[in-house]
Amino acid sequence: MSAAPEMRGHRPPLSVLYMIEIEGLTKRYGDKLAVDGLTFTVRPGIVTGFLGPNGAGKSTTMRMMLDLDHPTSGRVRIDGRHYRQLPTPLKHLGALLDAKAVHGGRSAFNHLLCLAQSNGIPRARVHEVLDTVGLTGVAGKRSSGFSLGMGQRLGIAAALLGDPEILMFDEPVNGLDPEGIHWIRNLMKGLAAQGRTVFVSSHLMSEMALTAEHLVVIGQGRLLADTSMARFIRENSRAYVRMRSPERERLLDVLRDAGHPAAPAGEAVEIDGVSAADLGELAARHRIVLHELSPQQASLEEAFMQLTAGSVEYHAHSAEPRPAAPEDGLPDAPPPPGAPGTPGASGTPGTPEAPPPDTPPGGGWGAGWRDQKRGS
Amino acid sequence: MAAVSRVLTSEWTKIRSVRSTVWTLGIALVVTVALGALICLLASNDFGTMSPRDRIAFDPTNISFAGMGLGQLAMIVFGVLVVSNEYSTGMIRTSLAAVPQRGTFLFGKVAVAALLALVVSFVTAFLSFFVGQAMLGTHAASLGDPGVLRAVVGGGLYMTLIAVFSMGVATMLRSPMPALGILMPFFFLISNILGNVSATEKIGWYLPDQAGHKVMQVVAPAGDEVPYGPWGGFAIMLAWTVAALLCGYLLLKRRDA
Repeated sequence: MSAAPEMRGHRPPLSVLYMIEIEGLTKRYGDKLAVDGLTFTVRPGIVTGFLGPNGAGKSTTMRMMLDLDHPTSGRVRIDGRHYRQLPTPLKHLGALLDAKAVHGGRSAFNHLLCLAQSNGIPRARVHEVLDTVGLTGVAGKRSSGFSLGMGQRLGIAAALLGDPEILMFDEPVNGLDPEGIHWIRNLMKGLAAQGRTVFVSSHLMSEMALTAEHLVVIGQGRLLADTSMARFIRENSRAYVRMRSPERERLLDVLRDAGHPAAPAGEAVEIDGVSAADLGELAARHRIVLHELSPQQASLEEAFMQLTAGSVEYHAHSAEPRPAAPEDGLPDAPPPPGAPGTPGASGTPGTPEAPPPDTPPGGGWGAGWRDQKRGS
Repeated sequence: MAAVSRVLTSEWTKIRSVRSTVWTLGIALVVTVALGALICLLASNDFGTMSPRDRIAFDPTNISFAGMGLGQLAMIVFGVLVVSNEYSTGMIRTSLAAVPQRGTFLFGKVAVAALLALVVSFVTAFLSFFVGQAMLGTHAASLGDPGVLRAVVGGGLYMTLIAVFSMGVATMLRSPMPALGILMPFFFLISNILGNVSATEKIGWYLPDQAGHKVMQVVAPAGDEVPYGPWGGFAIMLAWTVAALLCGYLLLKRRDA
């Protein structure tokens, strides 16, 4: 059972200000579900990473947040209201969806000016944001001549234009040089430190690990995890011990008798949740020769792939099932950051109970993960 | 209303900050005036050899708008680009994120573009008239003659509506290529063919451009059986334009951007 219901009682009444609330959001294209009943909340003061493999439905979700695409069902609320009800939306939510979504024949200044005017933002603010992103020198130049990095900066300037409390970036570091990536990471952290809500999507766990404090993971349009980064790392960067012995069958028996179910992995055996020291002593007591006894740590990237690979690969690997997903299949939102850690399975990345209904050819995302790992 | 005036200001910035605006409107003006002047000059020289029947039907006002058949194509390009530029560049998402109210966005954009087209069209119509009459010499009409001022004003309105109709069609089709690919041949060829073939002549009467032409005529052509007057024709064209805009709006509202 999830501990979430009791947690909810301890939570202070939620203020909807500066938050993005997504409730049962679903988008269907023909018979394909691009987004499948997403429910989560993006909170202020931290960078929330929106993670999922390519094609998981991240961009579609973000477009629905901005009311660009119409949800098949469910809703999104910004500051407690529907996006279309915001009289000057740029002052509430600034978004960078696609840096190339500008008219290349228009100068950077005029591009920002027309956006500013549409939301009653003073002209002086245009100069300010151009300065912030470092484009003042090319403000009068037509944006068609901009490099990818400059285009990205222009898109970010547009997002910052209304000085919004909520910011949303779709894959902001894609295609940027290291300096640009560094700049964007710091910008996002800085914005969150000012108390703003920062929601940023990526298909790279490594990128999220550097910027996000909270994680929302989706795969095939469904919510897989909604948890703090720290908890995600703790629970998903699986630590296990790898043992190799010429007496493999005996070792497995001994481990089973000792109550440590082991997963055979090739010639080796992998054991979760027991320290290498304990296992070494156990082997010694039974006089089993060991050729290897090594603590292992799966990387976050592996954890992410494992999570999004779906339940088949997940369970095939660990003999002891992980804490079960909440029964509704959607994990409850974790406590706000800074809240004391709660025991139990709350906020645990929910592993879908059933295997993905339509696994694409090749076994789907992450299917080869185990094999690759073994081979390496 | 604050929202509307914000959108109008914003759309004005958009329209004045791209080169295609000056190009298309400039070409529309120059081509219409220059071609009209040329045809007036030719007509003036040919007047002596015309049959008496043709002389009675000679309409010095209307002939000075002869360049509009070509000039309107630039107006169509203007109307199409104003809308489809948003789609072809991806700007539409940025624009709709800034102004999520589809009606305010579309009609604000159309209002600004239409107003600009109106100004250019009126300059074009009056310039075409005066230059054309100068070329016609002794056969010229005067602005004070009955129906002439109405025809010149009508010429300005006609060109404006051509642009606005194009905006409506472009909103429906989004991409500039299909919009231009339908509108240009339609107004340049198909409409004329339909109007000149006796079997389809009656259909031609109710096409936007043919109906709209009526308002620019002072002297009805020989054997004219068209069942509406100048403003009746204009009303038909206006109805087409309103319908195109409404369809565009409904699609914009329903579609994912």
